[in-house]
Amino acid sequence: MKATFNFLLCGVGGQGTVLASAVLVNVGLAAGFDAKQAEVHGMSQRGGSVSSHVRWGRKVYSPIVELGEADVLLAFEKLEALRNVGALRPGGIALINTQVIEPLTVISGDQTYPDDEAIQAAFTQVTPHVQYVDGERIAGALGNPRAANVVLLGALSALLEEEWLAGSDLDAEAWLKVISERVPPKHVELNRKAFEAGRSAIEK
Amino acid sequence: MIKMLSGNEAVARGMWEAGVGVAAAYPGTPSTEILENYARFPNVYAEWASNEKVAVDVAVGAAYAGRRALAAMKHVGVNVAADSFMYAAMTGVEAGLVIVSADDPAMHSSQNEQDNRTFAKFGRVPCLEPSDSQEAKDLTVIAFDLSERFDTPVLLRLTTRICHSQSTVELGERREPAQGGKPFPRNPAKYVMVPGNAIRRHPVIEQRIRAVAAFANTFSYNQVEPGERTLGIISSGVAYQYAKEVFPNASVLKLGMSWPLPERMIRDFAASVDRLIVIEELDPFIEEAVRLMGIPVEGKSIFPLTGELDPYVVRASAVRAGLLPTPVASTGPEAQSGALPGRPPVLCPGCPHRPTFYILNKLKVPVNGDIGCYTLGLIPPLSAIHTCGCMGASIGVAHGAVQAGSPERHVAVIGDSTFFHSGIAPLINVVYNQAPVVTIILDNRITGMTGHQQNPGTGQTLLGKDAPVVELEPLVKACGVTHVKTVPGYDVRSIEQTLKEYIQLDEPSVLIVVEPCALLPEARKRWVPLEVLADKCNGCTLCFRIGCPAILKSEELDEKTQRPKALIDAGLCTGCEVCAQICPRAAITFRPAMEEEPA
Repeated sequence: MKATFNFLLCGVGGQGTVLASAVLVNVGLAAGFDAKQAEVHGMSQRGGSVSSHVRWGRKVYSPIVELGEADVLLAFEKLEALRNVGALRPGGIALINTQVIEPLTVISGDQTYPDDEAIQAAFTQVTPHVQYVDGERIAGALGNPRAANVVLLGALSALLEEEWLAGSDLDAEAWLKVISERVPPKHVELNRKAFEAGRSAIEK
Repeated sequence: MIKMLSGNEAVARGMWEAGVGVAAAYPGTPSTEILENYARFPNVYAEWASNEKVAVDVAVGAAYAGRRALAAMKHVGVNVAADSFMYAAMTGVEAGLVIVSADDPAMHSSQNEQDNRTFAKFGRVPCLEPSDSQEAKDLTVIAFDLSERFDTPVLLRLTTRICHSQSTVELGERREPAQGGKPFPRNPAKYVMVPGNAIRRHPVIEQRIRAVAAFANTFSYNQVEPGERTLGIISSGVAYQYAKEVFPNASVLKLGMSWPLPERMIRDFAASVDRLIVIEELDPFIEEAVRLMGIPVEGKSIFPLTGELDPYVVRASAVRAGLLPTPVASTGPEAQSGALPGRPPVLCPGCPHRPTFYILNKLKVPVNGDIGCYTLGLIPPLSAIHTCGCMGASIGVAHGAVQAGSPERHVAVIGDSTFFHSGIAPLINVVYNQAPVVTIILDNRITGMTGHQQNPGTGQTLLGKDAPVVELEPLVKACGVTHVKTVPGYDVRSIEQTLKEYIQLDEPSVLIVVEPCALLPEARKRWVPLEVLADKCNGCTLCFRIGCPAILKSEELDEKTQRPKALIDAGLCTGCEVCAQICPRAAITFRPAMEEEPA
């Protein structure tokens, strides 16, 4: 099993990156790793770009993932995925939510949103492991598109098992336990379904 | 018991374990969550003070009265509180007093990135610097012990990456504070800083800091981690973590106390290594002090003086300086992905500040801004903030510009919490020295930017108790302003009419614009998305000029103008009706039309 894991989560304020990274750092702890997480609050929450770092390892020093050293880039929005492509190490996993949130600079017509080919091309230079998941559609079908972040966590758990965690104790239930501790009781069932749907999106 | 805590949560836990009696703060990123978390412990006293200076005075009073006390703030809050910090350094305390400075290297949410370790040196007080959440908790407890042992305030210096990073913390036991408290001291020689007494106190505090420096050599949080002799690194705070990441085999002297420095320890460490470097964020604070000891050392000749460090920055700097052989990839994200559309923070959909900035932009007046969400009024297309320096600056700057003979009518824009913080004194100054400054108080009934904290205008305290509401209009009138009007925040026409009237006056005037922040729970319940009536919209683009993220360009073009029609994102729109009010063709629905529709 891999000894250290560097995750970079990115998206737009309000998409649930904070919850997702809180889950991820605690999953690491539950799996027996030392773990750290770093994020920035404040102005960036006002519809701006947000990112969060999570690291698991035997002993973790820096809470920040070194540029070009992320094993996993978990992007909740496509433009933010592209903005952070340089964070990924060669051969790392890019897991990208297909949601598009146009920034005002695009709405105003001053700048253009990158097309899918440009995004894919930038990632192809870094890694063959690029996975797209339509978190909003999957979560929406379950009744609440805001659970897209948990759909993505489900997808991430499946990808990690496939690539690096085969045979570890870190099964879906361990993730679900951490998630359930962090969402309101009335949303536990929805989040469980969202997590499972995210896993199936990868497994099939 | 081990828990995953942010640095701010860990400080709060440390405060509880240390038996803090009184805690006061003014919200400011990245410090805000310290008091928010502390207030959740049972039977504690914590308050939002009206500003950081007040917070420090409150903590000082509690420490004089024999109860452990703490004041927390962001780095620039210490500037506001500096006067109080400096006298507290002179008087010392009866019980532990800790001032938390949460610095913001890289200015994630600040107007500058000053390094507040300098304040410790300036005031002759010790500075403790945790490097993770465990140390944030431990050093909080130790700060109180040191404060009492050396009769001094202690500066606990955090940075954004400590405050907002999570790591594991082993929780400790609570030390219950002594019951009853001591009688308030009658000791004017120590506590009344008239010149005759202050003259005698100054040598005392110089001797005090020398005593702390001697103690620093045996302080267990100053620690040598022996490694290879070729390179020795002195570091503190989160920079230590980056040093360990990039130089896993080097010898490291880690300083949990970055002022005063343990001179004997540093001399021994320097003598044990071939090359000595300091890795620290922002100022060469440790580096210069080590050089003054006559010890050859490098630091800012290798690592950047500005911005925050991270493992990549430390590694790249080290490679450039020949400290590491491995070249690092030179392509940053920009190089790989090209220039991408920016995503600056913006005023939220439904923000009650938006109409005011839309009108100010129309009136083309110079606008002096202040610190809060409304500073985002500077972003195009609103583009209606022209200066912004610090908390409370708007009104004084507008006044000065007028007194300098600036021919235009100057406007000052300030939020409710910021007005309570430091807007009242400059408003009195405008009245006293008679300038026709138009002051706009944007009252969104909460402290917004830092994430919805209560303030003197909201009727609630940090501990969730009801409080008297300090009403703005009578307060402004009591300051001597005769032209005062309060209008609802979404009433575009009233705001425009009042401002047009006020900028003609030759006397001070104040417009209070009231509407609760659209993100408050009560306001969210009123959200109703509006719609664009495509058959009426002719693509005139006027509604785009309010800069609302909920108004998009439709794929559909108007036949005549060939311009895209407007489209409202129902997932973002709150139904504030500002766009509906300014649409000249009644092409955007008002709320009643939407509310009548069956769900």
